[in-house]
Amino acid sequence: MDVMPKWAEVILVPLISLLLAAILSALVILAIGEDPIAAVKLMVTGALGSTYGWGYTLYYATNFMFTGLAVSIAFHARLFNIGGEGQAALGGLGVALACLYIPWPHWSLALVGAACAGALFGAAWAAIPAWLQAKRGSHIVITTIMFNFIAASLLNYVLVNLLRPQGSMDPATARFPETVHLPTLHDMLAPLGIEFSRSAPANVSLLVAVAACIFLWFLIWRTRLGYEIRSFGNSESAAKYAGMPPVKIIMVTMMISGGLAGMMAINNVMGEAERLVLNSVEGAGFIGIAVALMGRSHPLGVFVAAILFGFLYQGGAELALWTSIPRELIVVIQALVILFTGALDNMVRMPLERVFLTLRARRAPKPERKEV
Amino acid sequence: MTTAPAIELKGISKAFGPVQANKDISIRVMPGTIHGIIGENGAGKSTLMSILYGFYKADKGEIFIKGNRTQIPDSQAAIAAGIGMVFQHFKLVENFTVLENIILGAEDGRWLKPSIAKARRSLLELADDYGLSVEPDALIQDIGVGMQQRVEILKALYRQADILILDEPTGVLTPAEADQLFRILGRLRAEGKTIILITHKLREIMDITDTVSVMRRGEMTATVKTAQTSPAELAELMVGRKVLLRVDKTPATPGEVILDVQDLRVRDDKGVERLKGVSLQVRAGEVLGIAGVAGNGQSELLEVLGGYAEGTGTITVNGQPLHLSGKNADGQSRRAHGIAHVPEDRQREGLIMEFAAWENVAFGYHHDARYQSGILMNNTAIRSDTEGKMARFDVRPPDPQLAAKNFSGGNQQKIVLAREIERDPDLLLIGQPTRGVDIGAIEFIHQQIIALRDKGKAVLLVSVELDEIMALSDRIAVMFDGNIMGERLPNETDEKELGLLMAGITQ
Repeated sequence: MDVMPKWAEVILVPLISLLLAAILSALVILAIGEDPIAAVKLMVTGALGSTYGWGYTLYYATNFMFTGLAVSIAFHARLFNIGGEGQAALGGLGVALACLYIPWPHWSLALVGAACAGALFGAAWAAIPAWLQAKRGSHIVITTIMFNFIAASLLNYVLVNLLRPQGSMDPATARFPETVHLPTLHDMLAPLGIEFSRSAPANVSLLVAVAACIFLWFLIWRTRLGYEIRSFGNSESAAKYAGMPPVKIIMVTMMISGGLAGMMAINNVMGEAERLVLNSVEGAGFIGIAVALMGRSHPLGVFVAAILFGFLYQGGAELALWTSIPRELIVVIQALVILFTGALDNMVRMPLERVFLTLRARRAPKPERKEV
Repeated sequence: MTTAPAIELKGISKAFGPVQANKDISIRVMPGTIHGIIGENGAGKSTLMSILYGFYKADKGEIFIKGNRTQIPDSQAAIAAGIGMVFQHFKLVENFTVLENIILGAEDGRWLKPSIAKARRSLLELADDYGLSVEPDALIQDIGVGMQQRVEILKALYRQADILILDEPTGVLTPAEADQLFRILGRLRAEGKTIILITHKLREIMDITDTVSVMRRGEMTATVKTAQTSPAELAELMVGRKVLLRVDKTPATPGEVILDVQDLRVRDDKGVERLKGVSLQVRAGEVLGIAGVAGNGQSELLEVLGGYAEGTGTITVNGQPLHLSGKNADGQSRRAHGIAHVPEDRQREGLIMEFAAWENVAFGYHHDARYQSGILMNNTAIRSDTEGKMARFDVRPPDPQLAAKNFSGGNQQKIVLAREIERDPDLLLIGQPTRGVDIGAIEFIHQQIIALRDKGKAVLLVSVELDEIMALSDRIAVMFDGNIMGERLPNETDEKELGLLMAGITQ
């Protein structure tokens, strides 16, 4: 019997974790002599108080949705894909190549093409550790971490030696042509009469990310492939009994995962920078792990958690800009959220389960065993 | 009677969350007796013994050892009170010697040598006193299961236990080894030790105990003198209603050969040969029972037949050869050949414990056309199919949304059975059909197996329960060390002969 009702499991536990993280962060801010309430106010107004703030929050959230979904699908097969960072970086390369070398007639076609190219590159990058895991038993955590470093070095080489325009001192590609410019939220909402900040980077990729959430929900809970992935993740021995091929499941899952991480590049590379620069991913691959943990690997949870982390990112940037709270402390606060929502899950869950048990015991004084 | 009971429990209660595992249990065990505790899985036997051994703390109740009220907060306290426990799964260090295992946790000081010398002396005395001879310097991994159990008993005796608790001690033993164990227990009783024997086997209770307590659903339903009861009465006390202890079946009418296995060999991951050239046939309309002590190749036989272990040799089903390695040696192609498989370990293989019952009903058959609608799975169809199966196989509670882990062992097994049998397979592979299943459900499962046979299907039954093999099989093959030692007809053999074959002895 499940100890807690579902709503407590999916809403109450993360909420309490978040509250604990907030309290601890407040104490940290107090300890360095700043006012935590003022800090929260600043974060909220900075991230959510204007369309400019929302534009950044949603821009970050788009990144985190892609990488969060990437980690989630791998989690369902009990594979720990730490390589979102590298896969997203390679996805950036795919997007850049598609944007630079194919003469797209319209941004919408370019978006589809670039998304495919990014997904393909990300998937290919994830396929190698997946193959090593499936065939050689090399642990996927180790290999995907290593592949993050290889991806960074590879990108460095490609940018400096191959893609850098002649005469430029900047390790980055040339600017993408104007035809592949993606509409920002400002462009999209203006015809509807909604005024949205012109300078915020959130763009049409947000809709792609939301579509990806829906797609993944169908994939995991409504298709045979999702069924096999979940079976494999829950019990490898049972999956073997049922005749589900483990090599195929590992490969396909990791390639979907890598593909989703790679698709992130349509947001940061194509939508925002409009060229490929070094370290374009900026840690979004790692944040994806926290997002997936907090979102319980459920697409809806990932969606919500991604927006929360977008808020933390944008609010944190505002804090660093306007107060004397150092940037490092923002990282501490983000880390606290990750720690409480991801790693210390049981710390909240166990006492909460006990509370629900006593509540139930009080409601029914003599719990009879069910006739089964 | 003037002597104080060796153990007296008064009003012990223990709840795990909403489940009341023990409810107001009182029991008196007199010194120098063997006291049996019998009950179905989940009746609360193990919980009660864990309380006595200090693993759990009772919510309510008192424990008296030799007349003194005793607190047992941990196993150290239990040992100090003179209680020794022999677990179902031995707690021995495989690559230590017998002696080292015996002193483990009971060393006298910083240096091992004097402890070992002392243990060697006491071991010889114990061996003398109770007829428990062992080779002190042998490694645990090199000695047989029966010997390992002896080491467990010696461990307890070395710690001066005079109350021994044995939890399902015969589960891993051949009948001959079990007899030997019972002789040892008899000797221990004669020397004044008190023994509590936990089991679900009625025969063992009848054979060796002086008194027996029956547990059902966390309560102690009766304590009786063994001499004054009968297996039928005990079974009724365990289940709460009359049960049929034997299976009603008509003689088999075997048809053509469905399964033909020739010279099957299987190696495990370490390269050890687990099946050493097994040949057997199963005909339509008959049950072939594979008897044997666990670990003699029966699991590997089922795995290779079920398509998830590789082997060499030939297997044909309905005259068509099966792939034994490579891409087509998997569960999917086996199902396509009309083979259904109820695996030995339903929790590790047959079910996904976290999945709802309806998701488990599609398990292995998720490619089936009637479970699809376009590219998506037709969850509604699977759910309604599950409702029908649950009704026909009397799965309780009949809730397709409930996760498999929340069903009792018997009901989990019924879900697997419903899934596999209703496919109307030509060949049913079934391993340990009633392991961890309550008596009431055993009856039902046995009837289903016989019903399938009577429909003219072939059944390959693997079980370590000799009674079950005898009751269901039309032919019995005995496996030992990866070989078939021989085939017997159930009405022309007895447990003694099968027991010898199971130990690898052919006359």
